[in-house]
Amino acid sequence: MSRQITNILLVGVGGQGILLASEILSEAAMLAGFDVKKSEIHGMSQRGGSVVSHVRYGTEVFSPIVPEGEGDILFGFELMETCRSLPLIKPGGTVVANDLQISPPSVLMGQETYPADLVFRIQDHFPDFLLVDGQKVARDAGNVRAANTVLLGAVSRRLDIAEEFWMKALEKMVPAKAVDVNKKVFKVGRGL
Amino acid sequence: MREILSGNEAIARGAFEAGCRVACAYPGTPSTEILENITRYPEIDASWAPNEKVALEVSIGASFGGGRALCTMKHVGVNVAADPLFTLSYTGVNGGLVLVVADDPEMHSSQNEQDSRNYARFAKVPLLEPSDSQECKEFTRLAFEISEQYDTPVMLRSCTRVSHGKSIVELGERVTNLPQPMLTKNPAKLVMLPGNARVRHPLVEERMVRLAENGSTMAINRAELRDTSIGIITSGVSYQYVREVMPEASTLKLGMVHPLPHAMIREFAARVDRLYVVEELDPFIEDQVRAMGIAVTGKEIISLCGELTPGRLRTAFGLPQPIGLAPVKMPGRPPNMCPGCPHRGVFFALNQLKAYVTGDIGCYTLGFMPPLSAMDTCVCMGASIGMATGVTKVVSAEEKKKVVAVIGDSTFLHTGINGLMDMVYNNSPATVIILDNRITAMTGRQDNPASGFTLMNNSSHTIDFPMLCTALGVKHIRVINPLDLEETKRVIAEEMQRPETSVIITDKPCVLIKREDIFQKGPLYAVDVDICTGCRACLKIGCPAIEWRPAGDGSRKGRAFIDPQLCTGCDVCRQLCTFDAIGSTP
Ligand SMILES: Cc1ncc(C[n+]2csc(CCOP(=O)(O)OP(=O)(O)O)c2C)c(N)n1
Repeated sequence: MSRQITNILLVGVGGQGILLASEILSEAAMLAGFDVKKSEIHGMSQRGGSVVSHVRYGTEVFSPIVPEGEGDILFGFELMETCRSLPLIKPGGTVVANDLQISPPSVLMGQETYPADLVFRIQDHFPDFLLVDGQKVARDAGNVRAANTVLLGAVSRRLDIAEEFWMKALEKMVPAKAVDVNKKVFKVGRGL
Repeated sequence: MREILSGNEAIARGAFEAGCRVACAYPGTPSTEILENITRYPEIDASWAPNEKVALEVSIGASFGGGRALCTMKHVGVNVAADPLFTLSYTGVNGGLVLVVADDPEMHSSQNEQDSRNYARFAKVPLLEPSDSQECKEFTRLAFEISEQYDTPVMLRSCTRVSHGKSIVELGERVTNLPQPMLTKNPAKLVMLPGNARVRHPLVEERMVRLAENGSTMAINRAELRDTSIGIITSGVSYQYVREVMPEASTLKLGMVHPLPHAMIREFAARVDRLYVVEELDPFIEDQVRAMGIAVTGKEIISLCGELTPGRLRTAFGLPQPIGLAPVKMPGRPPNMCPGCPHRGVFFALNQLKAYVTGDIGCYTLGFMPPLSAMDTCVCMGASIGMATGVTKVVSAEEKKKVVAVIGDSTFLHTGINGLMDMVYNNSPATVIILDNRITAMTGRQDNPASGFTLMNNSSHTIDFPMLCTALGVKHIRVINPLDLEETKRVIAEEMQRPETSVIITDKPCVLIKREDIFQKGPLYAVDVDICTGCRACLKIGCPAIEWRPAGDGSRKGRAFIDPQLCTGCDVCRQLCTFDAIGSTP
């Protein structure tokens, strides 16, 4: 009995729009005919804490959280949070990360420094690593606020969900007036 | 139609489809979104109550009036609502009544991880436990039916992973053939005086026996026989982890966890070589199975603490674990009060005044964290006030002056009023600070009786805190602007000295309130780098908008910087700068 499941972890900082991205991803997977489950912790994390959202899709999904060490794709919205979640990813897994640093309180107050070698650390362990300057690509493509959609596009190319389902999911989940720009930016990301 | 719904959305949908008429709750993670989603269905009268006890009592009234009623809360909410619950078990219902309880194993956002299943047993009410969103919807509908069929309230127990997890749900229609609610008198059943209650109690016991018997044929309890060398009794989200990690094992999946279907358990146990129970928290099922004389393994291998995960289950059963990268140490990222939060200045002042702060639950509990570090206790909602009274009863006259209770507006209205009544009645010298930010912020900005709006966003009476405190007999009431540090510190210091009960009320709204005219951003502030001496005074309030930028020459020198994206213009940091290096920008 083989259950083909794709395990994706979306990680970052509360307030970065991670939940919306994981919702679009889940919707696209359902439209493509897969069973889908997703899980994350709300609550305290909204006050600027770490956020981890789990999305799993395939023929039949049981656990709503990705089993430890079985993540196929790590989708990081912030560098330190991306590194924090590397242990959840399987060896040889894929990392798509936003090139963005958000300082936690101890760094803001000058008690600790933001780790310097994060990109190398990811590269050393995960050869399949794409680092995207989401803000820059989004700005160049027309809307700096659509950085998450750029990254989602980049992740989408690594998943077996056809483009039409992504477009439908965007139409459903993104506010009407932002749909066009998000579709455009998504396609740019999908080309990365 | 199929939709991806969270467990909470699915429970709301289930209540709608079941023809539910009234839904009432007090917010609490992870249950809050059930009522927020019920507002989509105009057929249901939905409201926030000031606390869980009132929420359940409103629901009981609706049920006695003949309508189906839903009441939702987090696990600790049942402690507050336990009084009506235990006697509701005796009266039974008229319209179906479902009490949804969302547990929080692992304490993602809670002060304890009590296991609500024990309440079902204690109060003698049936409890259903869904394991995904589809079941959340179906079990909610079924719970209403069981409630009416067996004349009992029914508990539906969720947990963080089920309530906040999302999965695909097939939607259905709302039932329409329910009887029209109307007043019917039945005092022998509904007036629980000893004479009547003595008649009701045996009926409760009979009902539980009948439910246990019938449980063996209920479709939501099902034996799935696969490899019979291992048999696992499980329920809720634990079932999903078992299927994930041990897909070949036989399972007895229980949808109704209380009362247990004894015959079915015996039969399943007889068919498997080795019997296990996989459940989070307490050995609720396990102890009862063992009491039936059946050999079973459970808490010997699975922790009493925290939630299960696929990895933890693998460890419990000695299964191979995929090896991920070892974690490396990095700066943590704890939650923090928002930039401009009106709570910050109060804790800064309390820290400077070296107060002993009996704290309470809400965003302001973060005042415990450095650098504010100004909270000394936090037990449960409303506890701050009674505890302040208690502390002053035992410490020296000098130390009494240090004792300050800090409580949010929603928490004060939840269970703080009685504590204040007691303070005045018994002449406590402690000081109470009510942090009135006009919203229940911690759980995601729900309205409350002091916010001026209802759950349905209709405007409503706004509680006047000074008037309420006056009515309770408080003689010394001060209203302050918590963004004015000098005023805040001075007034708190004065009231701490006073040997009588006093109340200080802060008067600035939460920065996250979206409603117009309540919170307004001020001008942006910036640091003049030519004047900044790098003294770090402004860092003492722990505002996420202020960043320390090292000089980069290896020394401890540096400058402060204010992130214009995050600054709300609250002005507090400017008041801390003795060099006038911080100012508003045009
Ligand atoms: C009995 C109980 N019910 C609900 C909760 C969840 N809860 C924690 S704090 C809080 C309300 C906080 O609101 P408020 O006192 O106004 O403070 P704020 O967060 O706005 O600062 C709630 C509902 C709880 N911990 N215990």
